[in-house]
Amino acid sequence: MGDKHISSQFDAELNSISTHVLEMGGLVESQLHQAVYALIHLSPESARQVIDNEARLNRMEVDIDHEIITTIGRRQPTARDLRFLMAISSTTRDLERAGDEVAKMARMVLSIIESGSPRSLPSYELRVASELAAAQLRKSLDAFARLDTAVALDIMKEDNALDDEYNGFLRKLITYMMGDPRTISPSLDLLFLAKAVERVGDHAKNIAEQIIFIVKGEDVRHRSMDKVESVVR
Amino acid sequence: MNETAVALAAAEAANTRNALEVRNLNFFYGKFQGLKNVSMDVAEHKVTAFIGPSGCGKSTLLRTLNRMYSLYPGQRAEGEILFYGQNILDLKQDLNLLRARIGMVFQKPTPFPMTIYDNIAFGVKLYENLNKSDMDDRVEWALSKAALWNEVKDKLGQNGMSLSGGQQQRLCIARSVAVKPSVLLLDEPTSALDPISTGKVEELVHELKKDYTIAIVTHNMQQAARCSDYTAYMYLGELVEFGQTQQIFFKPQRTETEDYITGRFG
Repeated sequence: MGDKHISSQFDAELNSISTHVLEMGGLVESQLHQAVYALIHLSPESARQVIDNEARLNRMEVDIDHEIITTIGRRQPTARDLRFLMAISSTTRDLERAGDEVAKMARMVLSIIESGSPRSLPSYELRVASELAAAQLRKSLDAFARLDTAVALDIMKEDNALDDEYNGFLRKLITYMMGDPRTISPSLDLLFLAKAVERVGDHAKNIAEQIIFIVKGEDVRHRSMDKVESVVR
Repeated sequence: MNETAVALAAAEAANTRNALEVRNLNFFYGKFQGLKNVSMDVAEHKVTAFIGPSGCGKSTLLRTLNRMYSLYPGQRAEGEILFYGQNILDLKQDLNLLRARIGMVFQKPTPFPMTIYDNIAFGVKLYENLNKSDMDDRVEWALSKAALWNEVKDKLGQNGMSLSGGQQQRLCIARSVAVKPSVLLLDEPTSALDPISTGKVEELVHELKKDYTIAIVTHNMQQAARCSDYTAYMYLGELVEFGQTQQIFFKPQRTETEDYITGRFG
């Protein structure tokens, strides 16, 4: 956040909130890696750990919200400070929901393992999409820390690649299910899992939109890519 | 602001008349230049707020709008201030009449040392010859406009100085309103008041803008954000940024404005 406030305490409050958001983002990211590990290695322990950790994310969201409310009440922020706090509020919401998606992934992994026929499914192919989603999330947190709108714009553009991965995977699963109806039930689990991965990417994209909102003061949600580009440039 | 809000604001701006139009205004305290080439409009029936650090020229600008500065030798203004098209800097301008049309309320409440009733009636008598019952009506009307009537209606004969600070300030606003001006200039009207009285004066500003054009100087940025339609940010005698209040407080165009309103100044 550019130049310092006259009140260093105000700066300290904003920095503290920022740090907590990045911590929360870091946890979502490591949760995602663990969920992917659980899927690839079919590890029920890892999946359960992810599910257990979700409560921590929920607590972090509540704590950050509390910090935001306190700062708004005490400081009556305006302009960039106000946009920053509003964007943080939206970002923590996205991180919490991304965390929910990751927990959902872990639950699906458990369900697939319990189905007894996990090896026959193309679950390994979800790895590409998962890594793409994790990279998007990582990038959005980096861009957030540096308030980098150029990277934010990249993230928004790359979200399409993730959507394409999802659609490709969906077609593949349908072939599996048609080939062997016994795989339908675990395939559906895998489908939900793939959807969860795709949703994590959407949340990274939402965070990218908030970065543009903080820096440029333009709400670019639901805007065409051309419009977003003209705002950033 | 989203595009719809911008479009609405533009449409509204196109429909607004200007009560005052300041053009290339320079102001001098002797050799010191207090205002540098200021140009801006004060829209009719809107609240225009002036913000900026001490010494930035906001009070100076307000004081040129009814030529209050003419009371002091060595102070002069160059440029034009058009009040519904007529240049008030014109030396032929009748100052008493001008100040009846453009009233002013100061930072510290300045009731006259006379009864509450006479505080209101005094100014009216200078311009109008009303009989007792019409004057009674005018006093009640002005005090009601200033949201003070209910508090003082049973003690109109008491000295104006006996009121609380907040009441005194509303009495001064009533006094200005009583002569039915078209513009009200408020120079930090609440800086000496407690939050409740401040709230009442702000509420009053909101009420009064239906009938009057209001220009307000304030050190309290939240006050400008709360009660104005347009905000002007001034620094070192220059008008740095002027625009719709929601724009200035949400996404100012100039970094200097942003630094000031977010408390990064200095």
